[in-house]
Amino acid sequence: MAELTLIEAVRAALARALEDDPSVVVLGEDVGLDGGVFRATDGLWQRFGERRVRDTPLSEAAIAGVAVGLAAQGFRPVAEIQFQGFIHPALDQIANHAARLRNRTRGRLTCPMVLRAPYGAGVHAPEHHSESIEAVFAHIPGLRVVIPSSPARAYGLLLAAIRDPDPVVFFEPKRLYRAGKETVTDDGTALPLDTAFVAREGRDLTLVGWGAALKECREAAETLAGEGVEAEIVDVATLKPYDAETVLGSVRRTGRCVIAHEAPRTGGFGAEIAARVAEDALDVLRAPIRRVTAPDTIPPLPRLEHLYLPSAGQIAQAAREVVAWR
Amino acid sequence: MAKTPPGTERTVARFEIRARGYLTAEGEPRGALPSFAEDRDQLVRLHAAMTRTRAFDQKAVALQRTGRLGTFASSLGQEAVSVGLAAAMRPEDVLVPSFREQGAQLWRGVRMEELLLYWGGDERGSDFADPAVRQDFPVCVPVGTQYPHAVGVALAFTLRGEARVAVVAGGDGSTSRGDFHEALNMAGVWRLPVVFVINNNQWAISVPLDRQTAAQTLAQKAIGAGLPGEQVDGCDVIAVRDAVGRAVERARAGEGPSLIECVTYRLSDHTTADDATRYREDREVSRHWAGEPLKRLRAHLGRAHGWTKEEEEELRARIHAEVEAAAERYLAIPPQLAASIVAHIHAHLPPDLEAVRARLAEGGDG
Repeated sequence: MAELTLIEAVRAALARALEDDPSVVVLGEDVGLDGGVFRATDGLWQRFGERRVRDTPLSEAAIAGVAVGLAAQGFRPVAEIQFQGFIHPALDQIANHAARLRNRTRGRLTCPMVLRAPYGAGVHAPEHHSESIEAVFAHIPGLRVVIPSSPARAYGLLLAAIRDPDPVVFFEPKRLYRAGKETVTDDGTALPLDTAFVAREGRDLTLVGWGAALKECREAAETLAGEGVEAEIVDVATLKPYDAETVLGSVRRTGRCVIAHEAPRTGGFGAEIAARVAEDALDVLRAPIRRVTAPDTIPPLPRLEHLYLPSAGQIAQAAREVVAWR
Repeated sequence: MAKTPPGTERTVARFEIRARGYLTAEGEPRGALPSFAEDRDQLVRLHAAMTRTRAFDQKAVALQRTGRLGTFASSLGQEAVSVGLAAAMRPEDVLVPSFREQGAQLWRGVRMEELLLYWGGDERGSDFADPAVRQDFPVCVPVGTQYPHAVGVALAFTLRGEARVAVVAGGDGSTSRGDFHEALNMAGVWRLPVVFVINNNQWAISVPLDRQTAAQTLAQKAIGAGLPGEQVDGCDVIAVRDAVGRAVERARAGEGPSLIECVTYRLSDHTTADDATRYREDREVSRHWAGEPLKRLRAHLGRAHGWTKEEEEELRARIHAEVEAAAERYLAIPPQLAASIVAHIHAHLPPDLEAVRARLAEGGDG
């Protein structure tokens, strides 16, 4: 047991996977000697060697495409894209090949690869370093989209992603990389994929989120608790395939649902969650579903970045309105 | 204009691209042939494979024209590229094809009815049965995205210490794409056992080569990535087999990747959905029929190895029967079960999709 930050938990999971399974190969820009720009792979090159921890040329499409070739040969590549804002050249390989290989060959060739990328705003980064485009990937059939919200979730979910027989995109909330520590048992135990987690129990409303937005949900829940409102929090964790039952189960208990994400509003994954709740649990809803999201704009440069991210205050206010709705 | 002072200017790199061919358009040897090409049996095998590829393409187009196949990309005129590259490989190597290399796929063991099944609209056509091709990639429809896959396959061979080679094929249009350049570059940095074969058939649907690139050759695109690149006469199966063979064995020996540009000509439409008379002159097409690869090798076989009219007729009859039998088998294959549309999307279906699968399996509408 150790107290780890989220980035340390990612590193521990990578090291564990490399240790346990000789078919695991880590590749990406600056992942070798440098240990990655966020240090996710710090020390892995020294420990596992340059054959298994590979610096690549600056080449996002080929990083993803080479991972497809490796995976088709039975390796388990874990590829890093340095920032989600630079993932677009790799999207073609992910959507057209990684996600389709099993289906189009009826299982003859498969693609057990993981594509990791830090996502999200709030670290005063340059342009193109703050995106949150998970919904783009969640729309692609054949792909798993996983986003951890804490060090323990990062460890367990990344191990599960690497062991999964199909492709997984794993988006890490960079704002939480060093935001706090959590007890992580580095014993190789994975968490289940395709499963949402109840992160806090409460009777009055359900807050649904993932990644860095979970931190805001937790803060909002603390504030609300001081006002006598008990919020239940569901950490979606795997956006696709989406665990509708856990969210519906919570909403059936509370009768109210607020969804928070830092991606832009229109077509965000919150829309899918809201639609599923409306389709399957309208009869139990005691108030309209509310979404607290970024506006439909580009993440502003750092001086006004704070205006973009949904805050705990905004989530708490939405919760108050939903609870007060008659 | 003011004269620029030379400073410390000097030449720091110098390149040239060599082009090679063995048979003239009329099938006359230009000189000594590679040793494999002195062997009648080997030449007959190449000739038979090209003839088989052409017969397969003709049948596929006929099936499409009569509503029994979907859109299909014929390789008419390019059989020497496809057959030559496959003949240069070993069975344990891996082929990563474009959508127009059926000659290579058939050589390696993909069955005619599998290709017909795929182009006839059934995913099972890419589930190749022959153990020799179980690791080969299926056709790649997005142009050029296949190149990085071959680099990944070659990296797998290297990591396992296997003396195997990945051979990837693509067209002239694909060399304008980023995936192509990224793959060349990465293969070069890692010195991987991969051979890039460019089937330069001069046309990317309606765009001719001079509107595709300002480069003198496509082979020279390898130079920028630090790879050797050479050009061969892509209507000369001896030249293709020879050049790809040397590249494959260099790669197998750990001497790194290379690129072979095969200059050929697309005598067919782009696909059955295309009408090439909209954008190119019949005269140009007619001119290229003169040097087409089958006639060329057959002429050489006749002159140098006594290949007879009777042998040719016997070969054609045998291939005709094979193609007809494959088409009959294809047409007799029933459609997949309804549940198959979701059954293969993940190894473990999530509950939503499992419910769809179950409904489809019970005869529902999903």
